[in-house]
Amino acid sequence: MRHNLILSCEKSKLSELRGFLNGVLDKSQLSEIAKNQVVLAVDEVCSNLMIHSHQCNPNDKIYLEVFQTESKLVIEIKDSGEGFNILEYKQPELAEVKRKRRKGGLGIMLVKKIMDNIEFESTGTQNTCRLTKMLNSK
Amino acid sequence: MLQIDKIQEDEHVILTLSGEVDASNSVDLDNALQAVMEPNKKILLDGSNLQYISSAGLGVFMSYLEEFEAQNIQFVIFGLNQKVYNVFHILGLDQLIIIQTTKEKALQEFYEA
Repeated sequence: MRHNLILSCEKSKLSELRGFLNGVLDKSQLSEIAKNQVVLAVDEVCSNLMIHSHQCNPNDKIYLEVFQTESKLVIEIKDSGEGFNILEYKQPELAEVKRKRRKGGLGIMLVKKIMDNIEFESTGTQNTCRLTKMLNSK
Repeated sequence: MLQIDKIQEDEHVILTLSGEVDASNSVDLDNALQAVMEPNKKILLDGSNLQYISSAGLGVFMSYLEEFEAQNIQFVIFGLNQKVYNVFHILGLDQLIIIQTTKEKALQEFYEA
């Protein structure tokens, strides 16, 4: 079954996003910790899109689709903003984050550590970030 | 929803976080920490009622670590539930911040060090 959510680009909508994901993942076989990690990874990707690609414009939307097969959980996050390819983002070292007293840069680090596969596609008008979590894995 | 309460107790201050920290409210956490920054201060952060934290919240803590050292401020987090602790652990922040299970153990960091 596919589950869909349309999210306005407002940071206040992030808790609604988490509520939606928690509901969907409740039926999965993931542990409580793994569920929280997946919710976190999606929150991070959506927060980034809202802030960096859409400047928190509530008229802009993010389209989410979640589906599960026997072996994996897939979350597709689509938007039509300026493409933000997290695979190309050069993440800082933790020591650098601390030294420079910067607050950003940790989100993508988390996404990369949590998800088993991250894909990014852009058609020019629509961007898709596809996050995959293998079931029965890390 | 995030609620932050401040209690002055003996020589230390306790910040209690209740709810969820994300990109929409991490600035409140930032302001609360900024308000208790003072040289040689002892700051306890009670995370027992913290249900969720994203990188926006972790980033706030990270941005203060150098200042804590520079101002000789002791900072200890305690009471995190397993899910929240796991988020600190994924990035290795549990190696950079002292995290204790209980308030008693957190206080030992201050007064029995």
